[in-house]
Formats: sequence, C-alpha cells, structure tokens
Amino acid sequence: MRKTNGDKIIDGIIVFFMLIVVIVMLYPLWNTLITSFNEARDSIKGSLYLWPRKWTLFNYQSVFKTEKVFNAFLVSVARTVLTMALNVLLSGLLAYVLSRKEFMFRRFLTVFMVMTMYLNAGLIPQYFLYRNLGLIDTFWVYIIPAMVGAFNVVVIRTYINSLPASLVESARIDGASELRIYFSIIFPLCLPVLATVALWVAVGAWNSWFDSFIFAPKQELSTLQYEMMKILSSSMQSGVRQPDYLAASNQTRNMVTPNSLRAAMTIVATVPILVVYPFLQKYFVTVNIGSVKE
Amino acid sequence: MITEKVSTESDIVKQQKPINRNSFWYKADKQKELILISIPFFIYIFIFSYLPLAGLTMAFQNYKPQKSFFDQEWVGLKHFKNLFTDPDFYRVMRNTLAMSIINLVLAFVTAIVFALLLNELTGRLNGFKRIVQTISYMPHFLSWIIVCGLVSTILAMDGGIINEILISLGLIKDKIHFMGTPEYFWWIVGFTNVWKSMGWNSIIYLAAITSIDPALYEAAAIDGYGRFGRMWHITLPGIKSTIIILLILNAGWILNAGFEVQYILGTNGLVLDVSETIDIFVLKRGFGRSGGFAFGTAAGMFKTVVSAAVLLLCNKIAGWLGEEKLV
Repeated sequence: MRKTNGDKIIDGIIVFFMLIVVIVMLYPLWNTLITSFNEARDSIKGSLYLWPRKWTLFNYQSVFKTEKVFNAFLVSVARTVLTMALNVLLSGLLAYVLSRKEFMFRRFLTVFMVMTMYLNAGLIPQYFLYRNLGLIDTFWVYIIPAMVGAFNVVVIRTYINSLPASLVESARIDGASELRIYFSIIFPLCLPVLATVALWVAVGAWNSWFDSFIFAPKQELSTLQYEMMKILSSSMQSGVRQPDYLAASNQTRNMVTPNSLRAAMTIVATVPILVVYPFLQKYFVTVNIGSVKE
Repeated sequence: MITEKVSTESDIVKQQKPINRNSFWYKADKQKELILISIPFFIYIFIFSYLPLAGLTMAFQNYKPQKSFFDQEWVGLKHFKNLFTDPDFYRVMRNTLAMSIINLVLAFVTAIVFALLLNELTGRLNGFKRIVQTISYMPHFLSWIIVCGLVSTILAMDGGIINEILISLGLIKDKIHFMGTPEYFWWIVGFTNVWKSMGWNSIIYLAAITSIDPALYEAAAIDGYGRFGRMWHITLPGIKSTIIILLILNAGWILNAGFEVQYILGTNGLVLDVSETIDIFVLKRGFGRSGGFAFGTAAGMFKTVVSAAVLLLCNKIAGWLGEEKLV
C-alpha cells in the first residue's frame, strides 16, 4: 500500500511515541552508567543527568578490590557456569532418553517429570528438604536443585524428535552404547537448542538472589545480586544495617557511597547479559510461544 | 509379503526357544542402558519435587523441627482457622489481589497497544522498528534487584529525575516522596512491571499479527477504513484468541502478584501496610516466629490450592468460549 500524507503524519506520531518509549527504557540504565563513572562525593550533589561531571574508575576499583564484593562476584560466576553446564548436559540426556519411542518407561517418566511443573510444595517444605539433605549454607544449594529443568527437557526433546530417527537406529546397529549415541550424535546435532537452553539457565542463575537469602545466607556464599540487595535495602530502610565494607569505607572517607558502589555493581551485573543478549534474541519468539503452549 | 516374513520369523523363534518379545523382562534386558540412565533422574526428580510434598503435612501438625515425623502432634485444621481469623491475612490478600489486577490490566493493555503500534512501522521504518524492539525486550533480562535499584534512583527525593522534571515543569512545588507514600505503591509496582516486561509481552502479539491474512487489510482499505480503523477491525480481532488464551493463563496466577518487587521496594515501614503480599506473609510468618513453620506452610498451601482452582476454572471458561483449552 502506498502511503498518503495522512499516513505519514500518523507514522510521525507513532515514531515520536516510540522514541519516548526508547528513552524511558534506556535512561535509567544510562543514569546508572554515568553515576558509576562519576566521583561518589560529587554524585551526592545530584543533578547528574547526561554525562559524568568528575570521571573516575574508583567505583569499579572498589567493586573488585572490596574482598567481599569481589568474592560475591566470583561465586556468581561459578554458580552460573556450573549450573549452566550441568543443566544442559543432564536435561539433554534425559530428553534423549525420553525421545526413544520404544523405551518402556517413557510415558511414565514423562508424566512424572511434567507433573513437577505444576506441583509446588512451597517455600517451607523446600527449606526443610534442603536442610535434611545438608545443603543449607553450602555452595551446592545453588547447583544441585537446578541440575535438571522439566521445561528445558520438553524443549530439547521436541528438537530431538525432529531429527531423523535413522541416525540413532544405525548407531545402535553398529553397537554404540546409549551414552555414546547421546554424546557423539545427539549432543552435537542439538547444539542450537542446547545453546538456547544454556543461555536461558545462565541468565536465571546469574540474576537470582532469593536462594542466597533463604538457603545460603553465609557471607562467603553471597552472590553479586544478593550484595546489591543488601546495599539497596540498607539505603531504603533505616533499620537495616549497611554491609560492613561500606560502613568501614565511610569512616575512612574512602570516597565510596552506597549509591555509587551499587551503580558500579549494577553495570558489572548487567554487562554479561548485554553481551549474550544478541545471541539470545534469535530464539525469543520460539521460547516465548513455547512457554505459552506448554 | 509382510505377513509371510513375519510368519517365517516367528517360526524360527519357535524352533529355537520360546522367547516372548513383548515380555517385560525381555524388553527390560534390551533397554537396560536406558533404564540405568533413567534411574538417577527418577530419584532426583522424586527427591526434589515429590518429597517436599510430604512436608505439606506440617500444615496439620504442631510442627517441631527437632522431633521426628511420628512424634509430631496433629492439630487438624487449627492453623487454617488461625489463618482465616488473622486480620493480617485479609490485608495481604487485599494487597495481593489489588496488585495482581493492576499488573494484569496494565501489562495487557500496554503490551497490546505497543504491539499494534510497532506493527504500523512498515516500509522505510522497518529498521527503526527492529531497534525499538531490541531495546524494549532488554529490561526483561535484568534482575529484579537491578530494576528495583533503578526505580528507587529515578523516583528518589533528592536528585531523582522524576521529581526534578516535575518541579522544573512547575507541576509540583514540593518534592514527592514516591517510595514512602502508600497511595502510590501499587502503581509504582504496576508500572515497574510494565517497564520490565512490556516489550517481552508484545512478542507473542507480534507473532500472532504476522499470521493475519494481508488481503484483509487490502479489502478494509478499499472499504475506506483508515489506519486506526484497520487496527481496530482487522488486527485486534485477528489476535483475539491469543489475547483470550493469555488472559486465562495469567488469571490463574492471580495470587502471584510477585514477591521480589514488593519485598525490595516495600521494606520501608511507611508502605508496609500496602506492600505485603501473600508470599511475603508466608516468608515472614514461616521463618520469622518460632513455631511459624506450620502456619507458613498452611498459608502457602492455601495459596497453591486457590491458584489451582482458579486455573482450572479459567480453563473451563476457555472451553465454553470455544477457545483452545490449555490443559
């Protein structure tokens, strides 16, 4: 259809509206970015809108030099990488087993697993389970409960089902074991869907804080998100104590404020997501629609 | 030919040994590798998803963590009675329902309008459309901690840009304490949700719009409908079934008003009255008081049961409306 003048005016209005949306979406992050590069004591004066007034990298140095914060960063990285690797490997393996049409327990195991997406005992029974298993206040509480995801298994299994069945058949006739078929045939063929699941799991693990808060409150096991949570709630609520590294740096006038440190931490926590974002984007529609059809 | 082959094969089998290829043990032997691989998965799923369900019995006990299951004192529905006579329970239910409904309505309206408008960006504006989409999806991937941090910075009393803008436009004289005013809290939560997920929610509508027959637009244009007329009479009816399915799906989560935003932004004492949801109630009662475990479990169980009932009901309604059922 050719566009008339009236159409062009409407286009103009829509473009203007979209520009406002873009600004609203981006500005808060931009504001955080410039705060993170601005001297903390200068930021207190306010009116920091478009560009840093006094450039500094000190806020970032604080993130990586404050032992507790840096440790939290390492824990975040470790849990993300480990959860991602295990979840992809094991969800894929289970998906492969459930994709085998002749497998006698296929239907039972599928229902058994899919049911878990709807069953939820709630927080307190979950807490006691972890306590009885000795997971509370250990690093493994981040990893072990997140090793297999029912939804991920369903997504991967659908993908395996779309592969030609003759691949598995011929490998079996050649006498390959099931694990061997999975690792040398199925796994490489499933890389596109496994990559999607991997990124998905990684974003979830990287962003979570609630499990630190409830299941692993020990300082050594704190994550980047949980440290940000502590700083945020101490600055919003008078009753909550600041993390001690902030209190210490205030005493020595080390030029770091809760807001500036949090700004730098926010950027540190956001950059990895922005890096993987372009890779994720290809699969948005599939995952989004898949989750509705589920 | 096929029958011939089968009969000869079974003849051979009969001659050798009477093996029943359909017998349980024959199959189990053939598939022992698959079975061996599945056993750890079965145990894992059982422990982490089914075993906690046994913990729900706590709701009917005077649960003491140091005692074994058999030594617990059974109290019947005592905790549920306490729950339904607790004035705090009605307060958190009010907050949960209010925020749920505000979230639901805002999320739907903004995502649909956003998708409709994005869909209008065609031709030379296609590149611009893609940039807007990319940017609008991004907040979905940020954690709630980050999002709440951004919101509290933007709305801050000293130096928050919203206050600065409102003052410089002369709309207000004194700065507004957004985070400390109970009347604003539900709406802050609602619009925070919009900010985080409007773009993401619009994906599904955009996908639905692409399946609308372009000929309908041509026909509508010949009939004299303008841009907005076509949006209203073609696009919107075209995505109607998607909207209804999503509405039903989301209605099932009516008691999931969210937890993290309210917990993080609502911690200051000024808005506690309107910020606490049922999930926060479960958390605070369950872990906050001694012997609260059983009460917290009862409250959590109430929530699960009601959610399941609402979901099933909505699913029924979808069936009556002639829409595709979910379950």
